Amino acid sequence: MSDLNISVERPPLLTFTVPMVAILGACLGFVTGNVFEQPMVGCVVGALIGALLSVVLAQFEGIARRKKTWSTAALFAIAGLIFGGTGGLVGGAVVGLCLGWFATWIGSGQYRAGVPTYYTAAQTLWHNVFLAIAAMILFFLVAPLVPVMWLSFNAQDFFTFTPAMLAFEAEGYSLKHYRNFFDGGGRPGLGLLYGTLIGAVVGGLLQLLPNAERSLGKFVIFALVGAVLGVIVGKMWGVSGAEWMTPLKNSLIIAPFATLISVSLGTLAAIGLSQSHVPFRQWIMAIMISPMIVPLIISATGMFFFYAPLGNWLEATLGLNQSFVGYVKVILAHAVLGVPFVIITVTATLVGFDNSLTRAAANMGANPVTTFFRVQMPLILPGVISGGLFAFITSFDEVVVVLFVGSAKQQTLPWQMFTGLREQISPTILAAATVLVTISILLLTTVELLRRRSERLRGLSPG
Amino acid sequence: MSDTTSSGPMLAADGTPLKTSLARALRRQKLRALALIAPLLLFVVITFIIPIASMLLRSVENQIVSNTIPEATAALESWDSNSDTAPDEAVFQNLFFDLYRAAEAKEHTKLGTRLNYEQTGTSSLFRTSGRKLDKVGEEWQDPIEDIAPALKDGETWYAIMSGTGGEAVLEARRTLWNQMVPGQFEGDVGLTLSGEIAAMLPLTTAAYADWAIFEALEEERNVSKRDPWEAVYAALGLDMRDADVVAAVNAYDGPHAADLQLIAANLDQLPDLTLREAFADLDEDWLDPEVWQTIKIYSPNYTSGYFLNAVDMEKGPDGAQVRPENQQIYNKLFIRTLWMSLVITGSCIILGYPVAWLLANLPMRTANVLMILVLLPFWTSLLVRTSAWKVLLQQQGVINDILVWLGFVDDANRLILMNNATGTVIAMTHILLPFMILPLYSVMKTIPPSYLRAAKSLGATNWTAFWRVYFPQSVPGIGAGSILVFILAIGYYITPEIVGGTDGVFISNRIAYHISSSLNWGLAAALGSILLAVVLLLYWLYDRIVGIDNVKLGG
Repeated sequence: MSDLNISVERPPLLTFTVPMVAILGACLGFVTGNVFEQPMVGCVVGALIGALLSVVLAQFEGIARRKKTWSTAALFAIAGLIFGGTGGLVGGAVVGLCLGWFATWIGSGQYRAGVPTYYTAAQTLWHNVFLAIAAMILFFLVAPLVPVMWLSFNAQDFFTFTPAMLAFEAEGYSLKHYRNFFDGGGRPGLGLLYGTLIGAVVGGLLQLLPNAERSLGKFVIFALVGAVLGVIVGKMWGVSGAEWMTPLKNSLIIAPFATLISVSLGTLAAIGLSQSHVPFRQWIMAIMISPMIVPLIISATGMFFFYAPLGNWLEATLGLNQSFVGYVKVILAHAVLGVPFVIITVTATLVGFDNSLTRAAANMGANPVTTFFRVQMPLILPGVISGGLFAFITSFDEVVVVLFVGSAKQQTLPWQMFTGLREQISPTILAAATVLVTISILLLTTVELLRRRSERLRGLSPG
Repeated sequence: MSDTTSSGPMLAADGTPLKTSLARALRRQKLRALALIAPLLLFVVITFIIPIASMLLRSVENQIVSNTIPEATAALESWDSNSDTAPDEAVFQNLFFDLYRAAEAKEHTKLGTRLNYEQTGTSSLFRTSGRKLDKVGEEWQDPIEDIAPALKDGETWYAIMSGTGGEAVLEARRTLWNQMVPGQFEGDVGLTLSGEIAAMLPLTTAAYADWAIFEALEEERNVSKRDPWEAVYAALGLDMRDADVVAAVNAYDGPHAADLQLIAANLDQLPDLTLREAFADLDEDWLDPEVWQTIKIYSPNYTSGYFLNAVDMEKGPDGAQVRPENQQIYNKLFIRTLWMSLVITGSCIILGYPVAWLLANLPMRTANVLMILVLLPFWTSLLVRTSAWKVLLQQQGVINDILVWLGFVDDANRLILMNNATGTVIAMTHILLPFMILPLYSVMKTIPPSYLRAAKSLGATNWTAFWRVYFPQSVPGIGAGSILVFILAIGYYITPEIVGGTDGVFISNRIAYHISSSLNWGLAAALGSILLAVVLLLYWLYDRIVGIDNVKLGG
């Protein structure tokens, strides 16, 4: 935080470092001892080991902190392996890592690195405790996802860790839940081929345009995007009746169309709303935000009573295909739910928009449509895309409305997971969850990159 | 703007007064803005606002009683609902014909289900009685057919009833049918009622018209050839009880007058059964005044009954009254929903504040990395996070396994973390935490760090500086985050459904139950209206405190 602490002093070894490390050692020893039902013995032994370790580490002055930490961890891991097998190995490594890191951190005086030099001991202690608390909260945020991913490789059909998994034996693990998940045919290979080809051709053709900038990078990006889309489309091609692929296919049909509707209507409306003179602005805004505010269960029941007769009417009067009508109903329902996100993100982007740009364009003879597509759109595009991503994830992740509005033919991935979780059928849910986490990491990265680009374009931050 | 030197109003370039020209430009701008907004506004209003409004209207709608048994409810008007005896014969007579029609159209079970919400046992009362009404009709049918064998034949009946002048009766009956099953009974019945007969034998004509409409338009059969249903014979028997009718029949000379006169001459062979007794035979609950009180209370077209139910009250003969203690569930559920939402909001504040503070005060680069840790769960599917908590919290789950392995918990007494309120609170705190951190962060980002330093240099301790200087400035963030989390928590459905068991469910789960399982849509709508009212109130507060334009997503 402060740049002033150029040198941190080493604390006194015997009156500070040794007791501190011994206390942590005692705590860890208590926990380890508890495994063998000897907490008190563990406590004493741990304190001794901690004290010893701090003294020993203090002797190696020239070695980097990191090396000391890792060698302690390795030492403890070996000790754990000797006393407690594979489980001991992991436990020992964790304990060793904690203790080693703490001992060097305390011993080298780094614990004062984050605070100004005039801080008292109590203030320093509070600062570090606060950091530890914040770290634990962040751990609470992210850690629950780890067991899900781990368990998805379970060789058994359980939601719990098997002894074989904990012992890291190969037979405890398998990809069978992923095979289950991706079961259902399709032709990803062919899709990859066609997708790459089409992407490359489109990328190549775009470079032939009169005033396009030519670069190999663009060509590769188009081919890659084409390949990814090709694999997805190829995998979904002709899938029907599969336990997981059909719901995924439905999700992938419904979400893009819903996104398209909410993004196109939402962007227009956001541009309208950001004009300087809009009558009833507050009320219009409230109506458009309402799908986000109204509890989903109420939206779902309202839509249920609205779409059921509408669907019957469409089938009976216009003679439309039943499954087609089903998709239309769910897509429209999801499009409404995505609207607030598009409105919010696009209006936020438009706040920083310089209206003299459109006037300048008009001045130079561009008509409103040209102005929109050539001047306004490129500037607000990051906002539109991240609004679209929100709308997409809203639809892709939505269960309640689709449960009420859709029929079994429109079963989406979250629906399938929801029924699965209620009845606890198989850990394939966890494989699906892992796939979804991967997708969300990809989306998060995209949004983050877009946000940075947007800020750079608007000159808000140097980033 | 204009450098005109002449007197008079300023002119625009095209010669119109500047004021007019500006006003026109402004109007055009407004119109353009509205035109851009209109498509989405229409879309949202039509597919979202109106459906929800009409769904909420179901919480007061109650036409089913007066639509299904219209004449009985009309006759019931004069019955004193405080009396301790069931109504008189006139009501039962109307009930017989109403219920007969309803039973033929299979609508009586719906009415029974509706009234069963208010008084248990009504459903089976209506179902069994509706099934046996034919038997009551046969009490008259058999002797009448013995006396006048010609009346066994549908064509005889058709000849008797046909004529002119009775169209009004037919249309009146058609209206009643259409009230019960909307739009089902349009078209030609193939029968024109005789006005003379309608005046002479009113019950019989009405019953025959009922039958003819149903036979022609629902079953799509030729009325002139078919035998009428038993209720028509009963109606004839009941008509003949009146001495004036008998006299009129004896003076009548229309088609098959002889057959009618034959019956009039042999009245002693007809049963002298009253319909009150007949219903009591079917089920003695019909003589229970409480059943009739329920029917009378719920006969108006609009009712506050669902709302009263939603707050654990019921309608008695003397107005609203609180339900007995052991039947109260919704107040408890509402209080639990509010209380658990508060607990979740509170724990989100406690957990979110330090993280937001850290993010706002760290250098940009580090803060961005940590922000990803906050945003990752925010972007992860709700079901993934819920399943994660199922994996962690179940009795054979990760948390219990670790605690058992470490020896803190005995293997036999594993902690019950799931399928109760604890599970819901833990999982929902995790799920909603980003919604607290992000608004807090965006407010804290605007608080200059120099204020804290200034406070400290003026001699404040760390705590004083935080509590007197920093915290008050972060209160808007806490307010924004709390209302957002509270609004989201109060309407949650998925997570409580999966990890909540029975003790951890919210009002939403009850609404879903009434919509999809118990089919008590009116009650679901009433519960939903109350929930929506709470949410809208909070939304209004949020708008006042934060402004809806200031909602930020993802930092």
